[in-house]
Amino acid sequence: MNKKILIPVIQFVFLMLAQIIVFSAINLFGYINPYPYILFLLLFPFITSRSLLLVVAFVTGLIMDVFGDSGGIHAAACLTLAYLRPFALRIAFGVSYEYNAIRISNTSLYERFVYITILVGIHHFILFSLEVFNISSILYVFQKTLITSIFTILICVLFTIIFGNQKK
Amino acid sequence: MQQIISFLLKNKNFLLYLFLLALSLIFTIQSHSYHRSKFVNSANFLSGGVYGTISNIQDYFKLKAENKILTEENARLREKLLEQTAYTSQETYPSTQSNEFAFLPAKVLKNSYSKTDNIITVKIGEKDSIHQDMGVITSKGIVGVIDITSNDYSTIISILNSTFQTSAKLKKSNHFGTLKWNGKDPHLVQVSDIQEQAPVAIGDTIETSGRSVIFPEGISIGTVEEKILDASNNFYTLSVRLINDMTDLGHVYIIKNRDLKEIEQLENTTAYE
Repeated sequence: MNKKILIPVIQFVFLMLAQIIVFSAINLFGYINPYPYILFLLLFPFITSRSLLLVVAFVTGLIMDVFGDSGGIHAAACLTLAYLRPFALRIAFGVSYEYNAIRISNTSLYERFVYITILVGIHHFILFSLEVFNISSILYVFQKTLITSIFTILICVLFTIIFGNQKK
Repeated sequence: MQQIISFLLKNKNFLLYLFLLALSLIFTIQSHSYHRSKFVNSANFLSGGVYGTISNIQDYFKLKAENKILTEENARLREKLLEQTAYTSQETYPSTQSNEFAFLPAKVLKNSYSKTDNIITVKIGEKDSIHQDMGVITSKGIVGVIDITSNDYSTIISILNSTFQTSAKLKKSNHFGTLKWNGKDPHLVQVSDIQEQAPVAIGDTIETSGRSVIFPEGISIGTVEEKILDASNNFYTLSVRLINDMTDLGHVYIIKNRDLKEIEQLENTTAYE
């Protein structure tokens, strides 16, 4: 039981620090900062109730907003990600899956990739729409979403490969 | 009644989602107005502390560059001093202006430039009598305006922020324009509403106009890179390359206007009479 709580806490601290210290300061080509901290929400135990996940996502996003001085954009994006997570699980891992049986380290690379891609895309699109907050710059939003998503997805998949195997 | 309760229970996740979403949207909308959210900002104990630690470590790697900037500034100031002594020997130099503004140094803890609304966090706060709406510059040029302050930390609305706006002028003539940023390149800002008659050439220097109480006159902003005449052929919009590299800020100066209270009082009484 203790281990079940401890793992998400460690993941949370590690990913948030990595995000704030390293990933938010990359500024590749002047404007690309990947956001792999959302991996915490993607890997958050699948058995948790949806309400708890929503609250956790909201708080996670709000902490990012405090550090990034960005109002509530991360909170809104993380919240939507958490709300849509069950749907993404169903699409990626099939209709017949049971919440309890799934372990991210047991899934195939392709399924994992689909799951991460769906949610990262949604998160980043909401994030950048709210950040730019201007309907006439919609093309810029799409461009930023696309390019940043590629980097975030890459880093997330790498993280699950590197840290996933040790948990067995 | 029972139906309402069962409806609420059935949709509790969706309602919770809507409630929290509304909350975050309120924060977002607040952050897009000029004076931002009082709750969600990095001028606080937690994020200020974390950013302080990070920047302490990073500082060691920047010592050399920082030294170079300081030496350059020293040289420039020495030059100015020489100029001034040369002036005073010929005629009395107008000294009223120089006493109006005081400069307080501050260390940058966090700087962002890749977003549409960029905020800088510095380690100086109300303890050093820093308040909202004070101007911020570096030795090279303009940086932004103080937004939210806590006891030890403050956030700055960077010139790379869609809500930032100030008055700018040409160095060689007195034609005014409005300085804004279009949210794209962190090295280029836009100055609009410059009269068509103004003698603008590529490479001209743009500086602050001194029309606002926030920035004193003559703080350099950048050089003209491109000029575009608007549709009505009356006004130029200039694309200005910043002298100050906003992507690399170490130390900044906060400008304190000693006459601010007096000016505000005067303006208020004029407005009401």
